[in-house]
Amino acid sequence: MAKNIIVIGGGPAGLEASARLDALGYNVFLVEKETRLGGHLARWDRLFPEGVPAAPVLEKLVSGTGNTKVMLESEVLSLSRLGKSFRISLTSGVSVIADAVLMTTGFDLFDASKKEEYGYGIYDHVVTNADIEGYFRTGKDPRIGSPERIGLVHCVGSRDEKAGCRNCSKVCCATAVKQACELKAKFPSATVYCFYMDLRMFGRGYEDLYLKAQKEYGIRFIRGRVSEVSEKIDKTLQVKAEDTLSSTPLKVSLDLLVLMAGMRPSEAGAKVGKMIRLGTGDDGYFNTSDGFTGMQATSVPGLFVAGASTGPKTLPDTLSEARAASALIHEYLRES
Amino acid sequence: MMDFGFYLTPSSTIELDKVDRKAVDDLARADSGFRTCIACGSCTASCTAGVFAETSVRRAILSVLNGRDEKAMDLLSSCMLCGKCMMVCPRGINTRHLILSLQKYYNGK
Repeated sequence: MAKNIIVIGGGPAGLEASARLDALGYNVFLVEKETRLGGHLARWDRLFPEGVPAAPVLEKLVSGTGNTKVMLESEVLSLSRLGKSFRISLTSGVSVIADAVLMTTGFDLFDASKKEEYGYGIYDHVVTNADIEGYFRTGKDPRIGSPERIGLVHCVGSRDEKAGCRNCSKVCCATAVKQACELKAKFPSATVYCFYMDLRMFGRGYEDLYLKAQKEYGIRFIRGRVSEVSEKIDKTLQVKAEDTLSSTPLKVSLDLLVLMAGMRPSEAGAKVGKMIRLGTGDDGYFNTSDGFTGMQATSVPGLFVAGASTGPKTLPDTLSEARAASALIHEYLRES
Repeated sequence: MMDFGFYLTPSSTIELDKVDRKAVDDLARADSGFRTCIACGSCTASCTAGVFAETSVRRAILSVLNGRDEKAMDLLSSCMLCGKCMMVCPRGINTRHLILSLQKYYNGK
């Protein structure tokens, strides 16, 4: 009889792993708390570095899941060991006994209103990276209007002890540069500034994106972290930073400010992790059995992890981890 | 002095070989911020004195690391210890403590 596997979290990692495990002949149960699959990817318009549309990527991931039993609007009520197996019960009333569990609980976006000095939710024309994606998807956002001066702030809620998050969120630099280009294309007469501390363009094609932003879109990069934002009487924004390269304080008036909200460990995921005593690091992300050869394994036999639940990851990283976890689960179940 | 028609100016190169490493270690012991600064410039941008006089915690820290303690002291001479930089520092550096540690160290010498 085919063995049961529970995948917790229906974002890209969960979808890819479900597809691979389904193809290997397992009974896969994919648990998702929202009303739809896709996680953050479902809210995104285009993907860096080339700006390919997100929707067909998600469609492909969803259509690959085959016979996977998808359980939407289901949160985990309890998860415990039962001998070598796991017992899981869901808020939807369903209970499943499974031979292996894969945690693909992903991340939460940092709540940008917590950085009060940037005025998200207070000033009229401050939005986040996620809002920009929503704007490009739906064409609607009353905060955006037709800006002539646009600023993008990197590292909002990342690399920030005050926000309780020391780590780099990895994807925001490339997202910021991508969105800067998209905004410039949308509003050709606008001046677009990126405020960065360090530009981390580490992936294939990212440096090309950076070059394109400079050369083709004329994005102005300012090496300084925005220290404060205030709203003027005419609702435009005054932004202060240091231009650290010229060692001079700098201010600029903007019509739109975009905050690059970073990644935080998923709260819902953390709750499930606690049920099964899956340890976390100081950063709140799940611990893996080791950081090099055991990235998909945990201290609990039969419990596996993939994607951003173990730290910020790009989409290709996440999908690779999902495939790696599937192979590892396959080995584990064949041996047990 | 004989006039050769030209004169020599001292080199402006930062010479790390000549940095008083003991001073840097002492200061870093007094306040770890000398080592943990990531030079984002938030302190300088939010500085209330910086609008009028050249004032910068970021550059003061860098000056200390580059062995330019007089420059470091200069950059903080207009500081009013308002503490605004402390509020914005993403590394959570206690800038007020760092500034006072620096002044205590060099004024005591």
